[in-house]
Amino acid sequence: MTRVNVTVDGVRYTDEVEPRLLLVQYLRERLGKVGTVIGCDTSNCGACTVALDGKSVKSCSVLAVQADGAEVVTVEGLAGPDGALHPLQQAFHDHHALQCGFCTPGMIMAARDLLAENPHPTDDEVREGIEGNLCRCTGYQNIVAAVRAAGRAMSNSSEGVGA
Amino acid sequence: MTTVEERPATEIGQARKRKEDRHLITGATTWTDNLTLPGMVHLAILRSPMAHARIGSVDVAPALERTGVIAAFSGRDFADSQGTIPCAWPVTPDMVNPGHPSLAVDTVNHVGEAVAVVVARDKAAAQDALEAIEVEYEPLPVVLDMEAAVAEGAAKVHAHTESNRSYTWAFSSGEAGTGEPIEDALRDAEVTVRRRFVQQRLIPAFMEPRSTVVQPVGDGFTMWSATQVPHILRTMLALTLGVPEHKVRVIAPDVGGGFGGKLQVTPEEVITALVARRLGKPAKYTETRSESLMSAHHGRDQIQDITITAQRDGTVTGLDVHLYADMGAYLRLVSPGVPVLGAFMFNAIYKFPAYRFVCEGIFTNKTPTDAYRGAGRPEATFAIERIMDELAHELGQDPLELRRKNWIRHEEFPFTTVCGLTYDSGNYEAATEQALQLIGWESLVAEREGRRASNDPVQLGLGISTFTEMCGLAPSRVLGSLDYAAGGWENAAIRVLATGKVEVVTGASAHGQGHETAWSQIVADQLGVPFEDVEVIHGDTQSSPKGLDTYGSRSLAVGGIAVVKASEKVVAKARRIAAHMLEADEDDLEFSGGKFSVKGVPGEGRTIQEIAFATFAAHDLPDGIEPSLDADATFDPENFSFPHGTHLCAIEVDTETGFARIRKYVCVDDIGTVINPLIVEGQVHGGLAQGIAQALYEEAVYDDDGNLTTGTFVDYLVPSAADLPSFVTGRTTSPSTTNPLGVKGVGEAGTIASTPAVVNAVVDALRPFGVTDVQMPCTPERIWRAIHEGAEKSDRAASGTVAYGGASTSSSDGSDGDQL
Repeated sequence: MTRVNVTVDGVRYTDEVEPRLLLVQYLRERLGKVGTVIGCDTSNCGACTVALDGKSVKSCSVLAVQADGAEVVTVEGLAGPDGALHPLQQAFHDHHALQCGFCTPGMIMAARDLLAENPHPTDDEVREGIEGNLCRCTGYQNIVAAVRAAGRAMSNSSEGVGA
Repeated sequence: MTTVEERPATEIGQARKRKEDRHLITGATTWTDNLTLPGMVHLAILRSPMAHARIGSVDVAPALERTGVIAAFSGRDFADSQGTIPCAWPVTPDMVNPGHPSLAVDTVNHVGEAVAVVVARDKAAAQDALEAIEVEYEPLPVVLDMEAAVAEGAAKVHAHTESNRSYTWAFSSGEAGTGEPIEDALRDAEVTVRRRFVQQRLIPAFMEPRSTVVQPVGDGFTMWSATQVPHILRTMLALTLGVPEHKVRVIAPDVGGGFGGKLQVTPEEVITALVARRLGKPAKYTETRSESLMSAHHGRDQIQDITITAQRDGTVTGLDVHLYADMGAYLRLVSPGVPVLGAFMFNAIYKFPAYRFVCEGIFTNKTPTDAYRGAGRPEATFAIERIMDELAHELGQDPLELRRKNWIRHEEFPFTTVCGLTYDSGNYEAATEQALQLIGWESLVAEREGRRASNDPVQLGLGISTFTEMCGLAPSRVLGSLDYAAGGWENAAIRVLATGKVEVVTGASAHGQGHETAWSQIVADQLGVPFEDVEVIHGDTQSSPKGLDTYGSRSLAVGGIAVVKASEKVVAKARRIAAHMLEADEDDLEFSGGKFSVKGVPGEGRTIQEIAFATFAAHDLPDGIEPSLDADATFDPENFSFPHGTHLCAIEVDTETGFARIRKYVCVDDIGTVINPLIVEGQVHGGLAQGIAQALYEEAVYDDDGNLTTGTFVDYLVPSAADLPSFVTGRTTSPSTTNPLGVKGVGEAGTIASTPAVVNAVVDALRPFGVTDVQMPCTPERIWRAIHEGAEKSDRAASGTVAYGGASTSSSDGSDGDQL
């Protein structure tokens, strides 16, 4: 067992974990952060994407011990304390960018990183930027529209990109 | 004073944003795998590495020594209690169903079949202990090729059956009296075109892996499962396990997609129930993606031999269809019925005077097939739309003109087809005209001709698909005539609460389709209550006890109508109470905008909310009236609905690399009345993605030993955003005449229509090279080979014999089975 100290969605946790425990398993099974989901076992689908020290990672490809000392943000940590949706969450709702919603947490977290790097992506840039996240329901068109709309909204807001 | 809000005149037709979204975008979800119960144990399943073998022995004892392991079982531990996975669709009286144990007992018949199960305190411990189980397999001959499987002297998948043929199902318009004999058409044909098309095996690949939690309750149990069909599952589990139905409760919480893939009673669900009941503890099983791809049912997988006959002027005279349909190793819930559903759709929108359909269902040592988005109808639509292009090519006619010449004209509806189905409404001319405008057909044709003339290395291909589908499954009497075990009705109940808020209970169990939003819009209009005041309850056999669930584009066209019928009963009840309150005759009341008023006296009136409270208080109701406005209704449709549309695809094919890129995709769908255009658009987009994926990307491939070589998302190519274009969508509206909303269904349209549009475009681009077919998926390698090996090779491709991938796939495009 190895000790990890990790901050997840603003809460500090200290735990003893097996070195082989994946970050996504730690989030789901130990912390009850089940908003982040597992869609595959080969790091192809991206459903488990979270932010690790500000960069998006597939949390099935990171060991919990690698997150020691790090700050993790999941889809559960995006909305404001008053329940106000993050611009990406709002845009996904407004543009019907989800159907079953299983890929949505990872898609939003990947898009958040994309917009941090490129606040005004073109359609093609969004498509390439979220290439590592699979969706079986939407055909991606509304996701692309939502990500671009969120980019505009975030640029216009005082929070700025990366909120 | 109450203020009057700005509200649309009708909710139906509004692009309401979804009520479902908030918990999904904030991660406050209830996927089955999220569920933890006190004392819960975790399952891991040992799966067969052999496609076909006799099980010599299974020793689970070593697994029990591992840390955290509580129990372990093999098939023999449950041989007397596990029953057989049910097949609800015995398509012929003599259909052979070999039986389907959830845990293999004596033999394994496909790679991935469940052989043993380990129960442990956590999932990792269960998974770790699988390696300790010792299984002796005695290999048996592996049967993979459908035609070889039914050849004389073939090895058998199931030793106790006479052959690998499960059934032969036939329809003939001559015998049925719905048309002329096909024999006459074949004999008298001026032109005959024969083609063999291969519907490759696909995997539904819903994003949420299957997961099941079972909690023993008294002498029954509660099951949470990632299922499309909680109601069917409840009934089938009761029958399979011998537990009385009223002791079984099934809950479908948030379900992450299905596409037919979760229209099933799965071995994993049965195993979890068996273990939970045996141990008296709640148990959870969640599959990995690799397990899902190899053991959740697959779709498609047909060899289609199609013969079309016509007069020289292009008038079609007959269609003769022979299918080999791969059932895989076992029959699951509706495996045999899937290709039979297609039987009624090969003739499509065209006026064939003669038609014959013969389907042979065949066992192989592969994962069972069953419903996948469209289920039988995409296969049919592909075959007819492809061969219409081949006929046009043979006749030297324009493919669009050939279609126009033969399709049902809008003034001919209702039209009874050569299969005996009556299409109620449609306007193929209007949809086609709009689609041609949207894509700019004329200029694309000019560009194609220019590129051909200049031998441009990037050729342009234009593909057409003018399709229809039968949706709204289904009239119970029709299902009965097709030997399906259940009906096709749907149930809804409406509860009017004291404060005027409304609960709608629906038997249609949604998993991404937006029922909560759409049903709210319907009820808002029917009862005149605000959209926000409606709550939709579904997915739990305790709270929504009656239903037949969600598949076959049926929810709105059947379940939505049940909601309307229940609403009408609520209004009828409210009317009597309103008449009493207004001291008026019922017949003098009109109901509009949620308010009853006396005709001609619009100022005075009672709102539905006022009536709801008066009913709740029950102080002053008319004599003999029960104090309730609640009502339920069960709706059984009289007919299918028949959405249709025209899909056009412009594709650029790089003839040097074989890479095909969709330049523009336009679809105009006629799905009748639209409840919510936002949801409809989403359904169309997602459907297109799956249909295009069949044309260009996806294929479940088995090697010679029966191993699924596309067993992860590394190899099974579910397209990403970068692989798909933006779609241009349009609509025409020919309301259905067989239901009060005029709705038809949209869940499968995009998938059914798009595959042939894309492949027709690919072949069109390659016509100058003499190419007449490219087998799906049209990968760069297959396209490149077709170009370089030309007509001679591609004709052989069309006459290939093998519908599975790996080495044998290459033999079906005419090569020797060593390249692909």
